[in-house]
Amino acid sequence: MLVSLNWLKDYVDIDGITPEELAEKVTKSGIEVDSVEYVAEKSTNVVIGYVESCEKHPNADKLNLCQVDVGEEKLQIICGAPNVRQGQKVAVAKPGAVLPGNFKIKKAKLRGVESNGMICSLQELGFDEKHIPKEYAEGIYVFPEDTPVGESVASYLNSNDAILEFDLTPNRADCLNMLGVAYEVGALLDKPVSLPSEKVKTISEKASDYISIKVEDEKLNPYYGAFIIKDVEIKPSPLWMQNYLLAAGVRPINNVVDITNYVLMEYGQPLHAFDYDKLNSKEIVVRPAKQAEKIVTLDDVERTLTSENLVITNGKEPIALAGVMGGANTEVSSETKTILLEAAYFDSISIRKTVKATGLRSEASTRYEKGIDPNRVKHAGLRACHLLEAYAGGKVLEGVVEADVLDRSEKVVEMDTATINNRLGTDIASDEIAKILERLQFNFEQQGEHFKVFAPTRRGDITIFEDMLEEVARIFGYDNLPYTLPTGTAQAGGLTKRQHLRRAVKNYLEGVGLSETRTYSLTSESLINKLISPEIESLNPEPISLAMPMSEDHKFLRLSILPELLKTVSYNLARNQSNIAYYELGSIFITEEKELTKQPNEQLRLSGVLSGKWLEHLWQQENKKVDFYVVKGIVEGLFDHLELELSIQQAQLPDMHPGRTAGLLVDGESIGFIGQLHPALEKELDLKETYVFDINLEKVLEVHRYEPTYTAIPRYPSITRDIAFILDDQINAGDVQATIEEVGAPLVKQVHIFDLYKGENLPKGKKSVAYSLLYQDPERTLVDEEVEESYQKVIAAVNEKFKSYLRS
Amino acid sequence: MQEELKAIQEEALATLEQINDMKELQALKVAYLGKKGSLTQVLRGMGKLSPEERPVVGEIVNQVREAITKAIDEKSDLLEKAALEEKLKEESIDVTLPGRPVKVGGPHLLTKVIEEIEDLFIGMGYEVREGPEVETDYFNFEALNLPKNHPARDMQDSFYITNELLLRTHTSPVQARTMREYKGEKGFKMICPGKVYRRDTDDATHSHQFTQIEGLYVDKDVKMSDLKGVLNIFAKKMFGEDRNIRLRPSFFPFTEPSVEMDISCKVCHGEGCSVCKGTGWIEILGAGMVHPNVLEMGGYDPKVYSGFAFGMGPERIAMLKYGVSDIRQFYLNDNRFLKQFHQA
Repeated sequence: MLVSLNWLKDYVDIDGITPEELAEKVTKSGIEVDSVEYVAEKSTNVVIGYVESCEKHPNADKLNLCQVDVGEEKLQIICGAPNVRQGQKVAVAKPGAVLPGNFKIKKAKLRGVESNGMICSLQELGFDEKHIPKEYAEGIYVFPEDTPVGESVASYLNSNDAILEFDLTPNRADCLNMLGVAYEVGALLDKPVSLPSEKVKTISEKASDYISIKVEDEKLNPYYGAFIIKDVEIKPSPLWMQNYLLAAGVRPINNVVDITNYVLMEYGQPLHAFDYDKLNSKEIVVRPAKQAEKIVTLDDVERTLTSENLVITNGKEPIALAGVMGGANTEVSSETKTILLEAAYFDSISIRKTVKATGLRSEASTRYEKGIDPNRVKHAGLRACHLLEAYAGGKVLEGVVEADVLDRSEKVVEMDTATINNRLGTDIASDEIAKILERLQFNFEQQGEHFKVFAPTRRGDITIFEDMLEEVARIFGYDNLPYTLPTGTAQAGGLTKRQHLRRAVKNYLEGVGLSETRTYSLTSESLINKLISPEIESLNPEPISLAMPMSEDHKFLRLSILPELLKTVSYNLARNQSNIAYYELGSIFITEEKELTKQPNEQLRLSGVLSGKWLEHLWQQENKKVDFYVVKGIVEGLFDHLELELSIQQAQLPDMHPGRTAGLLVDGESIGFIGQLHPALEKELDLKETYVFDINLEKVLEVHRYEPTYTAIPRYPSITRDIAFILDDQINAGDVQATIEEVGAPLVKQVHIFDLYKGENLPKGKKSVAYSLLYQDPERTLVDEEVEESYQKVIAAVNEKFKSYLRS
Repeated sequence: MQEELKAIQEEALATLEQINDMKELQALKVAYLGKKGSLTQVLRGMGKLSPEERPVVGEIVNQVREAITKAIDEKSDLLEKAALEEKLKEESIDVTLPGRPVKVGGPHLLTKVIEEIEDLFIGMGYEVREGPEVETDYFNFEALNLPKNHPARDMQDSFYITNELLLRTHTSPVQARTMREYKGEKGFKMICPGKVYRRDTDDATHSHQFTQIEGLYVDKDVKMSDLKGVLNIFAKKMFGEDRNIRLRPSFFPFTEPSVEMDISCKVCHGEGCSVCKGTGWIEILGAGMVHPNVLEMGGYDPKVYSGFAFGMGPERIAMLKYGVSDIRQFYLNDNRFLKQFHQA
């Protein structure tokens, strides 16, 4: 809402306070003022002049030589504006005038002819483009004929006005009009509000002889009032009205349209003027539109309606889309003589539906949508009649023809001083509360500490005690509330075990060198089915898509974190950031339903991506690229950290490298995978060799049971034995290790692989894998014989199972 | 014989002077003190001496042996020391060469901000709650006093999946769910961080996905001044002890009265400057007293219980606190951006 302070002065005294101070006050008491703008910069010595004559400059085609009467004297002025004519009233900067930008006007000679001043455009007077009427955008401004010569232009141009832009929250629709703003400012400054004149001298003819009203659905249209005004003369509206409308961001058109707009901005009540003679009937019928009924609206667009749209008809065909826009068939034109003026109250939900369906939103519909004041509907009509009499020569017929079931009662809210102070933490006296209600101009009855407040209908937002609590608090001032701390029930705050564990997982990953990312949960059609973990895939998940996505890139809820994570890797690669070690924790969204009827399963997953160099320390000849075992080490380390048994098995997954991928299992259940992306996918996504992991963290947190307990440090020495087996290449080293552990138990406490060799001195297709076995008994010192016995058993078992032999 | 012994001593000491390594020293020791050494030879000749002479010569032999032994030991120490020094000299390295890098990752800046806020409120007795990102229309709107067709639904254009399911537009549904869990039976304090989604076109200040942290305290006799006190502590801990807060009336359907909290500008401290666009204040969060309809739908009797709620955007807080100028940075995951915030 744009609030012109010159206009506001018509209703409330704001003298002695600067626009900036007022903006600050309004902001602090609840309505944010986004900006303070001045219509024009300051200029001096610019007056109204009359162009007595206008001839071509003898030495220049595009210049005119004008004789201008400025009251006390006549000035010869050269003017280059294309629209300057004899007989115009114009703005004249006299010699000695100072225009915005400190531009001083002096006597000068232009092409040998003297020029004593300048005829000004509004731009030259420092007006912002948006406050300049269209027809004067390309030349000088022309005043109405009756403007007095010699007077300063300021009072005719509204150039001294400041405009505050109110950023209204949806509850404060009452400030979508000047009177509402006046009440608000009056309350803040403790000043009274003076209301505009609604006096009308009606003629004896009766409006009811011209029109009858029928409303089919009183719920959707509880009040419809029609005024008839005869003998109107369509012409420009008075300059002050045009100025105010411009300040409010409304384009002036003609007196009748301007008056309805002016009252709309003043009262917040939408009005509509029909050309009565084009009505072709003597009745107004308000009804829901018929299915597929058509109307051409004022913007010359034909609209097809449904029964959801309320229309105003002449009994046969629609003449307006109720509360939204008038019809072209009854539009006021320069020939219009008799007007039917509509002042009505339409149900906000019905208007909202029409606005949504047609995409038409107007100043009128906005106000209906947000709710208007039922007590102002008829008053607004009277106010418009008053102005039509004054500025359109109209004769108002006696009576208003109405259909009226409108509830105009005020909401009653009861409150008492003790509850107010208890809720606010204050100590406000009852007298002070009464004073606040007076400033707000709310009617109330007071009995000691008890108040019965009659919330004015303009404040439709006030219905319950808490609404009044806010009114009292904001006028009292939020700055005046004390600072206290809660004294109620004590509660031990903190993280749950699950939240702690999640932080532990993050800390581990960051500790081993991974950076956390945050990518979008919404992904594209081309990525939604990529890299879904096998255990998720086995659920046959249906991708969940948005009903109305904003872009193809963000259309589906992710079934894996990886695709969007990989996008960040290619983003980085394109910026020469090739060493990437990322992880992300977040939900994926799983459902089996084609049409979602209930919330999907949101599963917490942990995904990671690594690419490029893992470690680079060149002068010591260390240069380690990320490979499968780097990623495997990180994942194994995580499960070690969580004291969870993890099993890793070779796997084949779509979009993954067929020989470098493994499934992850906990308790025999698949919980994710690790591996290298398939080179084809790497190419498709502009990636280099890239490794990923993806883990069902939900499951991990669920099965996690670890509670640390002390185990005695072994007191007896351990014995180490090494074995190197020559194995067929395709035998997994891990399988051999499992056999060693199985056969060696319970004396073998640990087995680890310390060497892998292929090549020279070994037959083709063979490899040598060396294992180190740690023997220990917590209760006693082992003797060589039993270790040797176990050792030989292990060798025999492995050789038999894997057809291997010892490396000599 | 005595002269002979003296001569041996002198000769030994003189030879010792010339020795420069352990090997020679060892040879010298053998030559004089070993089984076939010169001193031993002399001792063997003692049998020829008279019983009176023996103790005298024995004494001298001992003195000579001690003198030579001592000299050898001293020399040995000296040589060892020199050898060690030589070794250390050889082992010396260039300490200015770079160390072996240690790979350290770190949290995302938003996580850092969120955890900082979590910890701050945990310290004041709050629990941390979470909830689903795909919400029902009921919990996202209706339970929060936003019935269908409520004009305020315009304020947050949403990503609907079906008529009844949508991506949550705020973390407030977690508040509604928590109230239900406590069944209107006792007071509680909670905060709920999480991802939220709105139909915004991504640009420097908008993101279709962002994060929120909301807080809720429900109890008997909760006052608006309590809200002011708690927000004041939050602002000072989060932004610095020298910052002040200001509350302005505002509107949210789920709170009444509603407030917006500003903090004083860190550059001008409320005077007005270019950072705060001349107002002296910077908007941080929205808050208010829980609307009685919300309490009631959550199972709390608004005549007995009251409460306050607040909600803030970690992106905005991170932008203000760390000077990040484009919200998209949080979701681009540029390596150079992420690494800027890994330090402790």
